[in-house]
This record gives sequence, structure tokens and C-alpha cells, in this order.
Amino acid sequence: MNLEDYKGIYVFIEQREGVIQNVALELLGQARKLADELNDKVYAMLLGHNIADQAQSLIASGADEVIVVDAPELAEYTTEPYTQAICQIIEDRKPESMLIGATTLGRDLGPRVSARAATGLTADCTKIEIGKKGELLMTRPAFGGNLMATIACKNHRPQMGTVRPGVLFAMDADENRTGEVVNYEVKFNTAKFKVKLLETVKEDTDLIDITEARILVSGGRGIGNEEGFKAMDGLAQTLEAEVSASRAMVDAGYIGHERQVGQTGKTVRPDLYFAFGISGAIQHVAGMEESDLIIAVNKDKDAPIFQVADLGIVGDAKQIIKKLTERLEK
Amino acid sequence: MKIVVCIKQVPDTTEIKIDPKTGTLIRDGVPSIMNPDDKSGLEMALQLKDENGAHVTVITMGPPQADLILREAYAMGVDRAIHLTDRKFAGADTLATSHALAGALRKIDFDLLITGRQAIDGDTAQVGPQIAEHLDLPQVSYLEDLKFDGDKTFTMKRHIEEGYQMLEVEAPCVVTVLSSANNPRYMSVGGIVDAYQNEVEVWGFNEIEVDEKNLGLKGSPTSVHKAFARGLKPAGELYEVETDEAVGIIIKKLKEKFILN
Repeated sequence: MNLEDYKGIYVFIEQREGVIQNVALELLGQARKLADELNDKVYAMLLGHNIADQAQSLIASGADEVIVVDAPELAEYTTEPYTQAICQIIEDRKPESMLIGATTLGRDLGPRVSARAATGLTADCTKIEIGKKGELLMTRPAFGGNLMATIACKNHRPQMGTVRPGVLFAMDADENRTGEVVNYEVKFNTAKFKVKLLETVKEDTDLIDITEARILVSGGRGIGNEEGFKAMDGLAQTLEAEVSASRAMVDAGYIGHERQVGQTGKTVRPDLYFAFGISGAIQHVAGMEESDLIIAVNKDKDAPIFQVADLGIVGDAKQIIKKLTERLEK
Repeated sequence: MKIVVCIKQVPDTTEIKIDPKTGTLIRDGVPSIMNPDDKSGLEMALQLKDENGAHVTVITMGPPQADLILREAYAMGVDRAIHLTDRKFAGADTLATSHALAGALRKIDFDLLITGRQAIDGDTAQVGPQIAEHLDLPQVSYLEDLKFDGDKTFTMKRHIEEGYQMLEVEAPCVVTVLSSANNPRYMSVGGIVDAYQNEVEVWGFNEIEVDEKNLGLKGSPTSVHKAFARGLKPAGELYEVETDEAVGIIIKKLKEKFILN
């Protein structure tokens, strides 16, 4: 493999039912920064059916070229057709690097593509930097968030990485940006299509995406019970915030998994994160420490959450929630 | 039906602490466990065995002490256990690991291959799909449930962010299972006795079918550039005051940051 032949930062644009997912725009924002630094280009790979009209929005969000693969085989995601399409692009165009959202879709597609292309894939990066030779250095948590590891893919291309939603920043859409839209045709080997999608069922609970909330009111063990969560709900309403929680509260059944913050839940970066009665285990901190403002309330003055909090209050979380809600309502 | 389950021994990451002075992992006294997603995958296999009759094989790749989780699997009710271990496998990233496992799986006849979605020490969720690719088999990841029609078709429930998907696949295929799929059974008393009488087959490079250049450090496209303890930002202000005063401090902060007017 001649590394010099590989050029461009390629971003997989995840769409669901024709709706481009925020994570794709966040990846474009990051790719744009990297490309400007490397003097390289950003390519958006938009796969689906009847989706070409969205290509322009990807240019506004940072792409230099949008590769549109419009095919009925790609109308809904299943592993094999998408893998075939991406791998044909890799063979044809020789991307230097490729970014994919670390969603249930991206984490299904990424490893299949990397295995077929015989290259390296770094999962769930939280930071992407450029090394001395222009290579990508991707940093990710390991051992349940206890350790950070920076991974390099030295001799294989494309250098692939997945990034969780909410970790990177999309650029402000600029309608004046110009770029090219290219229709790309894929020759599918349909004999390998062996998984049949019967139906997609949406459940109401998952409609809330805490990664998009500007303010999160988050609760842990110190909130205690259902009553405590009801109080949090009240405060969240007053602040137009969403409620989230630590793993302990999810395991106890007070709140759904889709609202869990942390290594095994979601990574969030709101403007304001309230941590009520959350001790701050590393697994939790890994999911929220990048929040702009962190206010923590805990009875235990030695709780590790205070090490990441901008403002820490030693006290009873339930009392504080009650009083704070009253004061704000006035 | 023949089922193979890939399992991994992992440190219980919820028990790991960082040495605040050196910034390194304290591994002493951290228990080693069967990876939770894998254990649910194993439970899924054993339930299929209970319902339809099946022969269940477990395989792990790891150092000698990983024998322990194979014994645990015997005690839960599997029929065969294979321990894949060889110095040639050392230093493998996910791709090289998947090549070694795929090499072993080429030597085993199966209708269904189950792995956990991801292991708690790495959280990559890559090895299952990568094995599927090497073996040219269809994959379904993030599995919550699976039904077998008794002939050759599986109906699967796959978790996605908005809810779930129902999919249909014919054997042979590869699935990766979530720990939320079920509650794994406990080891039975008789099973624990048997666990130490049953044979664990130890396989090395010579027992499997794989190109050596794809293994270990040499077969790993990724490498760790550096590893470090998570750098915490300097702690902010901390107050231990009466509730009313505390609420006042919070509101002042929110105004300072323009979150409140």
C-alpha cells in the first residue's frame, strides 16, 4: 500500500428515513478543521434512496464534495449493501481517512467495512488530532473510561474512526460555501444480501435525545426515589431542561436507559449540567465532563464529582432542588 | 442446531481505580469476570438449547487464566469449550483478534455464532462484525432477542436508538448480543463439579486455519500511540452552607453565565 495515494477525509453521512443525523454534521465540522490544517478536502458520502436533494446542506456544513449514492438497495440500512457501497468508494477513491458516527448503525457498519478493507478502526473517539507526519491520532476512553488511549493507524488506509454523537461540534451552516455534488453508482452483489429487514418499530421513550439538550438536570443515588425524580422533573420544566441520570438510577428502574449519561450511556456536552446526588464515578464523569458549566450537589464533601464541578455545593440534593425550583418559579 | 459462543475474560472495570500519584491503573484485587454481553450471548445459546435442543461450544482467546470462564461456561451448561492461546496471537488489536478467532471458527461447524456486542475493557464492538466478515457470513448486531423457526430461519430483534428493528436471517449467521437481552443463569451445583472434570481443548496457531501475517502485533493496523490517565480540570468552588444560601449561590452563578436573566 502506497500511503501517498490516499487522500481526503471522508465522512459517512448517516440518515434515517431521509433525515440527516446531527452526528454527521458534527463529523463534517471536525473533518473541515482537520482538512484545513492538512490542506486536504472533505468528502461527504451520502447513501440512501431519494436523498440527493440534501446534498447542498452538506456543503454548507463543511463538505467540498458530496458523493451521492442513490439506490433502492440503500433505502433502509442493512449491513451488507452499505458495506459494499462504502468499500467500492474506498477502492475507487482511496480515502486517507474516514469518520463514521458511533451510533448503533455506525458501530455495525464501521467494523464490517474496516475488516473488508483490511484497515484499522478506532471506536468512539473523543478527540482527533494530527500527528507529526500528518497522520490522525484518535483518542478514546478505555477500561470503562478509567484510561485514555491515543490510537494511530500508521501503515493502513483509510484511517477509520467512529465518534459518538454530541462529542464534536458542527460548524455554523454557511449557505455561501461552494462544492461539488457527484452521483456515484455502485455495482451491488445482491447474492450477498442475506439479512431481511421486516420492520422498524419506534418507541416513544427514545424520542428524547439528551445529547441535544442545552441544560441537563441529572440525578444519582442521592436523589433516592421516584419522589426525588419528580422534583427533578419540576426543576427541569422550570429551566426548560431535560432530565438525565447516572447508571445507578437507570439500573434501579427510575428512568430509561436512553437518559443515562456516562461510558455505557450517552456523552453529553450541554451548556449547563446539574449533578444532583451523583458521586461522580469515572464512568459517569467520562460522559459529562466536557459540559460548559457543571454544578454538583452532594452530601459527601469528598465525592469525586466535585473534582470536575465548576460549582460544588455540599448539601442535601433534594432540599436544594425543592428550594431552587421555588425560587426560580418566582 | 450447533451454536458457538465467543466469550472473553475481562477485568471488572467498575472496580478499577486510578493511582492518583502515578496516574496508572491499579489492577491488584480487580476481579476477572466473563464479559457481561458475552454472558448474555451464552445465556441466549443455552435458552435455544433448552427450547430446541442444540450443541453449544464456547471459545475464548486469552492467557492461561482465561480457563476460568470456560469452566464457568461448563457449569452453566455448555457442551464443549475451546481455549485459543498462542504467543503468535499476542499484541493483537481488534482486527488481528478477529482473524485468530475466525481461524479457529473455520475448524468448527456451526449454524449460529454468538458474540457479545462489546467487551467492557475496550468497548469497541468490533470483533463480532469483523469475524462475520472474515467468514463471509451475515451479521446482526445489538441483538435483544432471537427466535428460531426450527428449520433454518432466525427472527431477530435488534436495538436501535429510536426503538428496535425486526430482521430475518437464515443460518449460518453471526449475531452480537446486548447484556440487556436476558439474565444469565447461575452455575448449577452439578455443573460446577462437572466443570472441572470436563476437558477444555487448548488450541494454538497449528490448530487453526489462518494466514500468520494477519495475527498478533504484525496483523494489527492500529497501535497505541500513548495511554494516559484522564486529566481532570482544576476543581471549581466548593461551598458547605445552609440550603437558602446555597440556592442563592447557584442562582448567582446561573446569572453570571447568562443562563438566567
